[in-house]
Amino acid sequence: MEMVMTLLLIIVLLNAIMVVRTKHLLAACIIFMAQSLVMVLIWILLQSPDLAITEAAVGAGVSSLLFFLALKKIQAIDQGKENSAHEK
Amino acid sequence: MKNDLDRDLSLSLEESSPQASRLDAAHLHAHDTRIHRQDRAFSTRENQAHALSLGGYRALSVLVAVGVILVLLWGVMDLPAFGRDTNPVENEVAERYLAQGLQEGGATNLVANMILDYRAFDTLGESNVLFTAATAVLLLLRGLQTREADRSLAAAAPEAPADPILRAGARALCPVILLYGLYIILNGHLGPGGGFSGGAVMGAALILYREAYGSEKMGHLFSFRTYRAISFFALAFYALSKAYSFFTGANHLPSIISTGTPGAILSAGLILPLNIAVGFVVCCTMYGFFALFEKGEI
Amino acid sequence: MNLQILLENRVEAAAIILFGIGLTTLLLNRNLIKKIIGFSFMDSAIFLFLASEGYIAGHTAPIQDAAGSLSAASFINPIPAGLVLTGIVVSVSVTAVMLSLTVRLYQRFHTLNLDEIVQLAREANEEEEEAND
Repeated sequence: MEMVMTLLLIIVLLNAIMVVRTKHLLAACIIFMAQSLVMVLIWILLQSPDLAITEAAVGAGVSSLLFFLALKKIQAIDQGKENSAHEK
Repeated sequence: MKNDLDRDLSLSLEESSPQASRLDAAHLHAHDTRIHRQDRAFSTRENQAHALSLGGYRALSVLVAVGVILVLLWGVMDLPAFGRDTNPVENEVAERYLAQGLQEGGATNLVANMILDYRAFDTLGESNVLFTAATAVLLLLRGLQTREADRSLAAAAPEAPADPILRAGARALCPVILLYGLYIILNGHLGPGGGFSGGAVMGAALILYREAYGSEKMGHLFSFRTYRAISFFALAFYALSKAYSFFTGANHLPSIISTGTPGAILSAGLILPLNIAVGFVVCCTMYGFFALFEKGEI
Repeated sequence: MNLQILLENRVEAAAIILFGIGLTTLLLNRNLIKKIIGFSFMDSAIFLFLASEGYIAGHTAPIQDAAGSLSAASFINPIPAGLVLTGIVVSVSVTAVMLSLTVRLYQRFHTLNLDEIVQLAREANEEEEEAND
């Protein structure tokens, strides 16, 4: 368990560093999702199944979904601008 | 000269929008916007000074961050060792929750016992935070699309029909996920789970259904009125029942509602109904967030 | 620095470093989405720290059996778990509000870069003042 814990903590830190380094926003959001999944495993190792269930549903599910949707929305704003420019 | 530059900037701002719009998903990254920024104006001395101060700012913030990490790590070295039961954090409060929880609250899941019985007021505040956040998002995003993209976009393609695989998968999965979410909520006082996680799972099922069958069909099942009614009644029920509990059972004077037999589904007094109320609030909020981000309305 | 203690308290140490990385992202990155992700990492770091304080080696999750036969001394501390449970759900609402604010800013300024947004907002203000004059 100690080894697994150490490994998971290293993955968490690597994930965080990768988010800082990546230039691609979609990749950053996917890393955020992966981070939540690793946190689920850490909660299980820390004997908190309540936290694991909540983090899996909220952190990895809904939260990442909101990031993706925000990116999609931003793209939609761009496209809407383009369309209205064409109409002119 | 300054005025010219200003006009130039504002002009290029207007012109830059169609240019920016040609950026597709792959171009969303920060690098492009920076290049885009540079061609606007980055040649004057003023801007060089700006870039310099920016470098100083970066160095300073790295210094601050590293300093914070080092100071906190220094603090970690004085912490008691990890995972010992003699640590000062394992004090009489936790002991009391663990030893007396089953008799006083009646839930075998002692965490649920704690957050919905001993500290239920805290959870009421949190449900209100969720509701407030959903309201803030509603205020910020409502009608966003109708002004900008909707008129041209939605008229051209009024919601592309979803993938048949997604539809078939959603038909098979949605009931199962909903049922699982309900199970987590109803089982919250007996095992791991509870209102927050179960509500989020149920919200995810609703989101999946909406993605597969479109907001039109979802509107029959879950409209803004439903959202408002469920959130209001769940929060009001929580507040009232907790007020009642404080009148009769605070400080664990004898409560009228018995805690029942531990381990049975109808036990633990108010914890089960409170879990259901929290679950509904969370479910509505999660679905509401998604709907607002996707379409600008619930 | 006593590395032995740091290695023993590695969960707390990792939480602190994660917090630092999140703080750096918040300060350094000019992209608003990245800032929000950094903020979420700071959230995670604090949850990790709290939960690791409640952990007791060899003890199990605080779920009693129906007869109440398990000894209270065999459970981990439930208080951090309860606090973190609340925190996780609040953090997602904070994320949602921040993201919706970002979407609104993008709609107005068509950029995610905070420096540009500040500059554009300043220019817009100046123009308004000039128009008022």
